[in-house]
Amino acid sequence: MSTRYTEDHEWITVDGDVATVGITNYAQEQLGDVVFVELPEVGRKVSKGDEAAVVESVKAASEVYAPLDGEVVGANDVLADEPGKVNEDPEGAAWFVKIKMSDAGQLDGLMDEAAYKAHLEGL
Amino acid sequence: MTDASLLSTPLTDLHRELGARLVPFAGYEMPVQYPQGIIAEHSHTREKAGLFDVSHMGQAWLVGPDFETTAAALERITPSAIAALKPGRQRYTVLLNETGGIVDDLMVSRPDGAENDGRLFLVVNASRKAVDYEMIAKSLPENVKLEPVEDRALIALQGPMAADVLKAHAPDAADMAFMAARSMEFDGIAVHVSRSGYTGEDGYELSVPAGAAEAIARALLADERVAPIGLGARDSLRLEAGLCLYGHDIDETTSPVEGAITFVLQKRRKEAGDFPGAERILKELEDGPSRVRVGFTLEGRAPAREGAEIRNSEGRTVGVVTSGGFAPTLGAPIAMGYVETSCADVGTRLTLVVRGRELPATVAEMPFVPQRYYRKPSA
Repeated sequence: MSTRYTEDHEWITVDGDVATVGITNYAQEQLGDVVFVELPEVGRKVSKGDEAAVVESVKAASEVYAPLDGEVVGANDVLADEPGKVNEDPEGAAWFVKIKMSDAGQLDGLMDEAAYKAHLEGL
Repeated sequence: MTDASLLSTPLTDLHRELGARLVPFAGYEMPVQYPQGIIAEHSHTREKAGLFDVSHMGQAWLVGPDFETTAAALERITPSAIAALKPGRQRYTVLLNETGGIVDDLMVSRPDGAENDGRLFLVVNASRKAVDYEMIAKSLPENVKLEPVEDRALIALQGPMAADVLKAHAPDAADMAFMAARSMEFDGIAVHVSRSGYTGEDGYELSVPAGAAEAIARALLADERVAPIGLGARDSLRLEAGLCLYGHDIDETTSPVEGAITFVLQKRRKEAGDFPGAERILKELEDGPSRVRVGFTLEGRAPAREGAEIRNSEGRTVGVVTSGGFAPTLGAPIAMGYVETSCADVGTRLTLVVRGRELPATVAEMPFVPQRYYRKPSA
């Protein structure tokens, strides 16, 4: 399945029933230099819209929301020591969390790449 | 996108051309960062020279019949010995309200040159211009007038290479002492230069005619050692230097003693007690204030920001963070805030509460990064 996006500038890729979530290149550009990422504990249950992570730039802290319901089954510990990876490779190595989805149907409510591009152009 | 309600500076078009991200700040559209990014801009300023547009700040003349009269007028609302300012010297001071709270912090300079007798030059915070000007105007005697300056830009050039860069355009700036203020020419343009700034580095602030601001900025930026620096790095630089940001680290409720800027109080003024709020301020000097501004270093990487609660080892709230963030020079988070005086000793271990978690922090000496102001070689 292709990458999905949220209006809050998160990307989601799916492998089986596990969604990998990160922030988009647009998001990291807006944040500027990332200096700290706070990730959720593995095992935590999240609902769509919950605060799942916090990303801190030099200027400010921003929340990253869970795009789907489910259970956190992975957190990218690399970001603890190298938060700058979020600026370097936001849509690759700097993923934030893996969520085991409880309702894959929620994916249908997310944007595909074309819709996200249109969303960005409208900003 | 341009917000028509925001004011611009004479350099706004240049910021846009340089790729700045412009944000609203104190009613102005100002560059928060350029494509380099805040950390790179910060480091550039510490290592080379950074150019800052600070034209949003308020520039004003205080004009009276002679220096003594004008200085005495300003002393009515500040605790500093303005009358002791020598020609060509600048001083950091504060405006005080009747309860000794800080209405604003500002720079005051006494220009050199006989034609400037009776004139003091003020630089105040952008966000406080209206409040300050009203307060100053109300406090003045008949024969002293406040003249806000609307046709000048203010450009800061900061960093260890600032002096060498500026020398090529304004040779007279090279041998200025720290906190000296002089009129001179920059490539033939009349400018006022002070050797001061808000980064902890050697550097200058140049008050320049609005119409010449862009040419002057471009001339400085043409030097490869100079990069444009936005408000983001300006904030991280001043935080590392332990300098207060008005409205955050000091405000109308905090006194200069609580704010740990007692150096604005000079001996003659303390002895005379002839400034607003003297009763409170002198008592705080004598007995110690109930709270005081301190710096913090944090363990780990998570920054604590303005508003974070400060707790002691028993979990009791003992203060609040007023500025905090990541210190690029140190590669670690730092903060400043107010704590009960009993918790203010350097080395005291406290916690800063961020998102419900207590982050271990230690009261630290400020500045966090050594200040490198210019000291004239002794003769």
